[in-house]
Formats: sequence, C-alpha cells, structure tokens
Amino acid sequence: MILQSKYFGRIEFAEEKIVTFERGIIAFEEMKRFFIIDNEDENNPLWWLQSVDDPEILFVVINPFTFKPDYDFELSPQDAEELQIEKPEDVVVLAIVVVPENIKQMTANLLAPVIINIRQRKGKQIVLQDKRYSTKHLIIEELAKTQKARQTQQKTSAQSAAQNR
Amino acid sequence: MLVLTRKKDESIMLGEDIEVVVLEITPTQVRLGVNAPRDCAVYRKEIFTAIQEENIKAARQTVQVELIKAEVKELFTGDDEEK
Repeated sequence: MILQSKYFGRIEFAEEKIVTFERGIIAFEEMKRFFIIDNEDENNPLWWLQSVDDPEILFVVINPFTFKPDYDFELSPQDAEELQIEKPEDVVVLAIVVVPENIKQMTANLLAPVIINIRQRKGKQIVLQDKRYSTKHLIIEELAKTQKARQTQQKTSAQSAAQNR
Repeated sequence: MLVLTRKKDESIMLGEDIEVVVLEITPTQVRLGVNAPRDCAVYRKEIFTAIQEENIKAARQTVQVELIKAEVKELFTGDDEEK
C-alpha cells in the first residue's frame, strides 16, 4: 500500500502492518486505520500514528513510561478481550502529544492512552477513571520529577550502602 | 430533550439494559448510580469533552517532525550528559 502523507511524504507499507481501531480515535470515530511510524533512533521515545484514511492526519505519540515510570492503570477485561490481548508483551501503550508553539511546553494525554495489540494489530483509545491523570501532562515537568526522584533514590541507596559498610 | 422527574432511589431505564438510579440529592448535587453492561462506557461529560478537544488539537497541529524529534531527544538525553 502506498500513502502520500502530509508529513512523511510517500510511505509504502504492507497492508498487514495497518493497525485497526474499530472505534476510531475519540472525536475521529471514522478514522479506523493507522500506520505506526516508529523512530529509527531507539533512544527517542517518540513515535507517529499516521492515519491511513486521511493522509493529512498524523498524531505525535510517546511511550508514557519514559517520562512517567510510575504511570499505571488496569486494562479492563472487556478492553483486553476487544483487543484480543493474550500476553502483556503484545501490548504497546502510547500517549498522544500536543505540541504548542513553544515546543518545550508539549503535553501528553495520560487520561486517554492509546492501547495497541501489536501482534493482532488492533488499537483502541481508552479513557481512564483516575484522578491522577489528565489530558495535559507537561512532559518536561514529569521528566524533571522523575529524574529528581531517581537522584534522591540513588543518594539514599548510596547512603545506606555506606552505612552498611 | 426528554425531561423526567425522579425522587431519591427512583431510576430511569435507557433501553433495556441501562439503568440510572438517583442515589442522593443535595441542594447542589445529585449522586447517580449507573447499571450498564460492561461494554458500555460511562464517562463524566466534561472529561469526554476534554479528551475530544485534546485529540482535535493533536490532529490539527502542524507537526514539525524533525524539530520535535530533536527537542525530545535533547530532553531525554540532556540530563545524562550533565552527570
């Protein structure tokens, strides 16, 4: 299949690579087919979700665990069934990113993550019932928090290692 | 819009398998209970609207692929270089 995309130009991919969102993406219910463009740079957590139905639509998506390692939610049995998930390793979780003019202020939607069964190539945007998460998490801020927590942890473990000696 | 008057503990049925029960009434709030099949999603409307708006924003934005990629790379690797 060949797609003349707005941002990546001509993309050629096998039809089996298409991820089907039976319910579309919220507010874009008619958009049911997407193609994942992954980052050739493995250290970069950004990916892209290219709509196959509308070449102009490209969602910027990110692996949320890279900047918020404590992000957690339970996938409902209904969603797991709908996506035909059998093993956790088949699941990819992505958060949709909005990039304002000041790129540093980019936010990720952790309230409505995109869940993809990479084996069955089925996807769904789910809505969490969890007050800890919103549609706008500042990535830079979350990352700073995570790094700070990690440093404190390292310090504490270094201290306790010293004490143990 | 269909308007129905209900008292505490009374309910309405939406179709045959969705029940909305009035659990508690205060001067400023009502507590509702929803009995619905598990595949029927129930959301607070403002949350659903926020997600719709966010998705529309994400879809309409002009994506500067290389710029965003570079920024994120810097964000995620910058800290390690400082150490």
